[in-house]
Amino acid sequence: MNNQPLLSVNEVSKFYGARIGCRDVSFDLYPGEVLAVVGESGSGKTTLLNCISTRLEPTSGSVMYRMRDETKRDLYQMSEAERRFLMRTDWGFVHQNPADGLRMAVSAGANVGERLMAVGDRHYGNIRETAIDWLGRVEINEDRVDDQPRAFSGGMRQRLQIARNLVTGPRLMFMDEPTGGLDVSVQARLLDLIRGLVRDLGLAAIVVTHDLAVARLLSHRMIVMKDGHVIESGLTDRVLDDPHEPYTQLLVSSILQV
Amino acid sequence: MTAAITVCEISKTFTMHLRDGIQIPVVTGVNFVVKAGECAVLGGPSGAGKSSILKMLYGNYSTDQGQILLTHYGEQVDLSKAEPRKIIELRRDTIGYVSQFLRTVPRVSALDVAAEPLTQRGEDHEIARKKAADLFSQLNLPERLWDLPPATFSGGEQQRVNIARGFITDHPVLLLDEPTASLDAKNRAVVVDLITQKKAAGVALLGIFHDEDVRTKVADRIIDVTSFAGAKAA
Repeated sequence: MNNQPLLSVNEVSKFYGARIGCRDVSFDLYPGEVLAVVGESGSGKTTLLNCISTRLEPTSGSVMYRMRDETKRDLYQMSEAERRFLMRTDWGFVHQNPADGLRMAVSAGANVGERLMAVGDRHYGNIRETAIDWLGRVEINEDRVDDQPRAFSGGMRQRLQIARNLVTGPRLMFMDEPTGGLDVSVQARLLDLIRGLVRDLGLAAIVVTHDLAVARLLSHRMIVMKDGHVIESGLTDRVLDDPHEPYTQLLVSSILQV
Repeated sequence: MTAAITVCEISKTFTMHLRDGIQIPVVTGVNFVVKAGECAVLGGPSGAGKSSILKMLYGNYSTDQGQILLTHYGEQVDLSKAEPRKIIELRRDTIGYVSQFLRTVPRVSALDVAAEPLTQRGEDHEIARKKAADLFSQLNLPERLWDLPPATFSGGEQQRVNIARGFITDHPVLLLDEPTASLDAKNRAVVVDLITQKKAAGVALLGIFHDEDVRTKVADRIIDVTSFAGAKAA
């Protein structure tokens, strides 16, 4: 079963008028696999992520997803309600800015519990218990469960966002610059946490990042984008250790050594 | 003895696009076989392409031409043309690698770094840590360091973490990139012992050793990399 892709992206293109968002992108993602999408700002990474995660309808191409019952469905042939259900249960989406993925005016516990209620859980005690368990797994103390995320630091908010996404046991996570804008020490903690969770839960993930060190640490495979096109792809350490395309060589040679 | 690694006519050239696309030939026409239970050593001066050959065998360098055949679950696999997923699977179960430098992950303890290749294969976490601890003791890594992330360790301490990580599994193929470069004589002797044990267990080893003493003790055969020099083609 793990030899079947979870997600198949086929020649996905998105045009904004005459401008290219992304063009003819195809790849398969397998269960447990982490794919990094790298490239500089404006290269089409986020457009691609949004097209795959049904947040933005592509101009052409298809995205096939293997459902829990093993049927393969074209995401853009599904009804809006089915897509929403998938996003709330089987998928997670971690935004760069936690405020985009959290409800800032309700408690941390409710942020996590809300996703559980979306899948039909109604028992308050169970929901609270599960929420506290998940806060613990992302290293947020139980005594913060009733606080609102606006009282949290940036790193804590990001960890809360991750807990909110993982509580329903998704099979696929989308992450848009999950460590962007955090200090390095907070980043390291978050990366270690994501790495552990992805591995322990056997999640598949697509991580958009401009940070090659993040890609190296988290991903098995990567694709490099430039001007909306995929210019190089392959095993992460091969792309980074032996880049072939001029642009990838430029990216790799631009990493600052500490 | 069966061939565990068969390298057939591989060649590699780097194209440096940031330097006006100059071509740097590394090696051409590389041919050799490493058998199970044997330790072959890549010989030749710095820059001859020894590390590049090891990296092609581990898949972090691409191979321009030729084949790298390995036996993976009883089947012949050409690693030079394998898909990324296949290479990850080969690394998990068939090819081990001790790199020269440790790539550390923040916040992960030395024990967990060394245990990871086993836990990735589904081994119980505590058993894997126990095995890592045994290797650390053999390699005389001070016990107070075991639960610390190796980022702040000395070169020799990091190298011992790396060695433990590489030797912890029973992979049938093990690649060694100067595993003894920053070790003292006592720990070099431990590594020689570990290699001897691997040979006895039927593992095929291919390594780079600049230390002549270690090389003499472990090498069954020297493969002269200068005979594959890429430059002579240019």
